[in-house]
Amino acid sequence: MKEYATDMRTAMADTLTELCGDDRRILWLDSDLMASSGMNKFKAAFPERTVNCGIQEANMLGVAAGLSEEGFFPFVHSFGAFASRRIADQIFVSGIYAKQNICIVGSDPGISAGPNGGTHISLEDIGILRSLPGTVILEPCDPVQLKSLLRQIAQKSGIFYLRLMRKSKDQFYPDGTEFSMGKASLLRDGTDLSIITCGTVCVKEALKAAETLEAEGIRTRIVDMFTIKPLDRDAVLQAASETKAVITLENHNILNGLGSAVAEVLAESRISVPFKRLGAPDTAGEVGTADYLLNKFSMDAPAVAAAARELLS
Amino acid sequence: MVTRYENSDQLQHFADRIRFHAIKAMHASKGGHVGGVLSLCELMAVLYGTVMNCDPENREDPDRDKVVLSKGHCGPALYSALALSGFFPKEELLTLNQNGGHLPSHCDMNKTPGIDMTTGSLGQGASTAAGMALGKKMLGRGGNIFLILGDGELNEGQVWEMAMFAKQHRLDNLIACVDWNHQQLDGYTADICDMGNIEAIFAAFGFEAVTVNGHDVKAVETAIRSALSAKNGKPKCIVLDTVKGKGWSLTEGRTGIHHIAITDEMMAEAEQEFAEKGVVNK
Repeated sequence: MKEYATDMRTAMADTLTELCGDDRRILWLDSDLMASSGMNKFKAAFPERTVNCGIQEANMLGVAAGLSEEGFFPFVHSFGAFASRRIADQIFVSGIYAKQNICIVGSDPGISAGPNGGTHISLEDIGILRSLPGTVILEPCDPVQLKSLLRQIAQKSGIFYLRLMRKSKDQFYPDGTEFSMGKASLLRDGTDLSIITCGTVCVKEALKAAETLEAEGIRTRIVDMFTIKPLDRDAVLQAASETKAVITLENHNILNGLGSAVAEVLAESRISVPFKRLGAPDTAGEVGTADYLLNKFSMDAPAVAAAARELLS
Repeated sequence: MVTRYENSDQLQHFADRIRFHAIKAMHASKGGHVGGVLSLCELMAVLYGTVMNCDPENREDPDRDKVVLSKGHCGPALYSALALSGFFPKEELLTLNQNGGHLPSHCDMNKTPGIDMTTGSLGQGASTAAGMALGKKMLGRGGNIFLILGDGELNEGQVWEMAMFAKQHRLDNLIACVDWNHQQLDGYTADICDMGNIEAIFAAFGFEAVTVNGHDVKAVETAIRSALSAKNGKPKCIVLDTVKGKGWSLTEGRTGIHHIAITDEMMAEAEQEFAEKGVVNK
């Protein structure tokens, strides 16, 4: 695994600055978290395209909807917990139902907000956004993927929710790799087991688990499902038919997230395959380091490897 | 083109027609949010009858005025004003709340010609209106955003998030009109979540605020024209002192009229009452 030249948030600021140069419809709205989102860099280039709303997420989303109505494409940011749980109705009524165009950036997804504790840990955001009609939910794992997705978002319309691991420099893909929204990326191929996952934290654990399992003769495929909605059904069905077991691993409650989405596809197919969802076991987060919480919620590489052995035994 | 009404008598007559056709629409759907619809009719008459630059032929004009009826449950008042202004045929008012229809009781910009923003979840229209006002400023566009809030709606915290935002961003193209009809669903606002002096609160939040008799078309028009002329960086608030259920003897000033059924007998009484005011039933 390499380290990218910048962290994710800087990659986002650079990409949106580049895009805003071409497309003046793009705006950045923040909720007194400019320093956290890293978007002061964008503001330096486009002060007139930056709106710091203060600590008021509900109003920010509504203002974004109004700006969209006037022809802009606003990106709005808060920590994932507040960009989803706190403003679900605003996203629905002012955003989705009014047919506006907004990209919601929810940073510090899942256990990555661990030092701030249970209040800030968003293990529910995918579930909330999944149940809102027509949304697109994305969780890029590295800056290369993030940049590719941001460029695609800017060309589309609708309501997007982007989970952003803002401080990570982990790089899983070569510079310049392009991704197709809605199409999973095969990060590693294998014939015994498939791990369907997404996002920095889980991709990293999946890769570690795959190495461990490889040493035991278990060849592991890793499907990077960076588009959680709409789900790449074909990639799921392929994994289920071409490997002997499927595990989903997500930085989220196992209810209503990636695992549930994959389970829905499998349940409606005629494929029978040993299957296990790994993620937070229907619990709230709590204060702690990433290692502690990954272990506690059985989301770390040893837990993945153990689940694989059990499924394949 | 919409009809422009030259004097107060004409505007009041327009308000009476808006009121009658709103009642007819709600009767067609067996009832509705009668109280809050009827308290809005003079404001609607002034907006669509004289002050606004908005008609069916300039929908695409980026500089036109727009309305956000944040108390979205009072859609029929706005629909009636829109139909009488030529945005869609008057007969369609009778399709209120019909299956597959384009007139839901709560405003939907993607269903109804002339509706500028989807509303219904209270408080949210405040923010979308502020966003539209900011968007106009960013793009150097003319026109104003008329935000219509209910007094009960002011209980929503999002309204006050918007108020802080509007002041900060100097949205003097945002005119917030509060329908102060003194009642919310469960009773008098003073008994449920008393907002106190609404004008003073908005003033404290940095708005240029004024209170007028919301059923005096001249007073409403004067207040709006004054707000429009003061391009001084301050958002505006016009508190309209109104009566819930205004203008229909069956409802005016009564409690328990937030949402009521309208029977055929009640409609017959309304027809007679409005005929006496010179409102023709067609």
